[in-house]
Amino acid sequence: MTADDTRTAADDTRATGGDDGPVLRLESVRKTFGRDRVVLRDVSLDVAPHTVTALIGASGSGKSTLLRCANLLEEIDDGAIFLDGEEITDPRADPDAVRRRIGVVFQSYNLFPHMTVLQNITLAPRRVLGVSREEAEARARELLGRLGLGDKAGEYPDRLSGGQQQRAAIVRALAVRPRLLLLDEITAALDPELVGEVLSVVRDLKADGMTMVLATHEMGFAREVADQVCFLDNGVVLERGTPQEVFGNPRQERTRRFLRRIVEAGRL
Amino acid sequence: MTSSNTVRMTKDEGEGENGNDDRLGAGGEDTYTPSARRIARERYKRARARRATAVAALSTLVTGVVLFLVITGSPGWQRTRETFFSAEYARMALPKVLDGLLLNLRLLAICGVCVLLLGLLLAVARTLRGPVFFPVRALATAYTDFFRGLPLIICLLMVVFGVPALRLEGVTTDPVLLGGTALVLTYSAYVAEVFRAGIESVHPSQRAAARSLGLSSAKTLRYVVLPQAVRRVVPPLLNDLVSLQKDTGLVSIAGAVDAVYAAQIIAGKYFNYTPYVVAGLVFVALTIPMTRFTDWVTARMDRRRAQGGTV
Repeated sequence: MTADDTRTAADDTRATGGDDGPVLRLESVRKTFGRDRVVLRDVSLDVAPHTVTALIGASGSGKSTLLRCANLLEEIDDGAIFLDGEEITDPRADPDAVRRRIGVVFQSYNLFPHMTVLQNITLAPRRVLGVSREEAEARARELLGRLGLGDKAGEYPDRLSGGQQQRAAIVRALAVRPRLLLLDEITAALDPELVGEVLSVVRDLKADGMTMVLATHEMGFAREVADQVCFLDNGVVLERGTPQEVFGNPRQERTRRFLRRIVEAGRL
Repeated sequence: MTSSNTVRMTKDEGEGENGNDDRLGAGGEDTYTPSARRIARERYKRARARRATAVAALSTLVTGVVLFLVITGSPGWQRTRETFFSAEYARMALPKVLDGLLLNLRLLAICGVCVLLLGLLLAVARTLRGPVFFPVRALATAYTDFFRGLPLIICLLMVVFGVPALRLEGVTTDPVLLGGTALVLTYSAYVAEVFRAGIESVHPSQRAAARSLGLSSAKTLRYVVLPQAVRRVVPPLLNDLVSLQKDTGLVSIAGAVDAVYAAQIIAGKYFNYTPYVVAGLVFVALTIPMTRFTDWVTARMDRRRAQGGTV
């Protein structure tokens, strides 16, 4: 969105050696819950800078788990995850430092109900990055203004509509100037009329060069906004390519069946 | 049902209807007049409420009269009245009891603060994760298990008579301090469990959101989990404080001159139990405002949480 977001992202890239390497890289990631629930069997994935990757697949196919693993909210069983070429699944890596560089927006917003919108947004800049209150609030207000929430800074989250809450959650994630934004089915809990306002924010972020990975059931939106689409099925990336390839000419029978069901449900 | 309830209920109904009218009125003209159906319905509700009030008043009156007749008609009533409800002894005891009550209030204030702090500390210690904290966690768990199960009176006797018996240098033998310590030991275990329940009631997604922003687990606890947890447990905490308030009377067994002990001195001297009744009533009078305050806070929080719904 923002000229200065893009600039920071570019600065980060220079510091870590070049724009060409992937921002996020997953190598043969395996994640199980308990003994025999394999959620991610063997997932490999590259996310290039300033691109949008859409994860699609049935419920329970591991989209959310993949995002949670990338943010170290879940510990993977095998494989490795790299952020800007640096292995973050190394047990010696500091998870808090990694999470600071990755913004996450959740399906259920997860705003802090005891804080105003402004306090929600400035919490991490002030308490983690050590930014002064004035500076943090100025930036928060600027971002809120851009996302059409300029008059909501002093409100508590439960006074806002779902769409407004989700936009506030996006601002909260952006406030720490993340290198990468993970969006976990951010429109799934919204009324259809509110979906649009949130998706247009994502569109703006893409235009400003934010690197994003989004798990979504909005196939039309994935098709429009994504540079890369990954179809997750049974714990692996079954199909991966441009939206034209995956939606227009799927190679795998499973993908074709999934897309057919989506079309029948009127979602594409 | 009391008459005040009746009034409030009808008023709420009216407000609900008005809310709807406003919303309708915003679109067009506001020319609402109550229909005959609504008027009939409200007339019926008023009649029903009046009937309920009448029944309640009558049953209260009957119960009161029966109680009065049974008690005053009992064979020992004359003696009982002289021993427990003597106006003369009550007048004599009241100033002494009130003097003693100051000690109870001081104990409540100081112990209350200590109980809240220690309870919070114990609760946080019990929620720490990771093998490093195992000893802390185990100690906190053992502490709460032990002092929650130990009867307060036994805890008091142990501390008040056991500690001086050790004849340790520099350790106090002051019954007030020791009695207060025993109260803190027991009550902090109760309060720790209340805080822990609050901490565990905060949804894991809140923790996930905080951690995903890069907050450490300590900062997540400090800024996200505890503020929500404490807010939720205010009503049960106040309840424990009410309970602590009256249990400060137990330090009298150590010989501290509080309201109960002041009553005991007079009772022992004149073989009349009226001072106990006076002390008891004073404690009740003291807890009532606190209980009402607790009710008010609870009701306010319930109202805030529940969105609409009349049942």
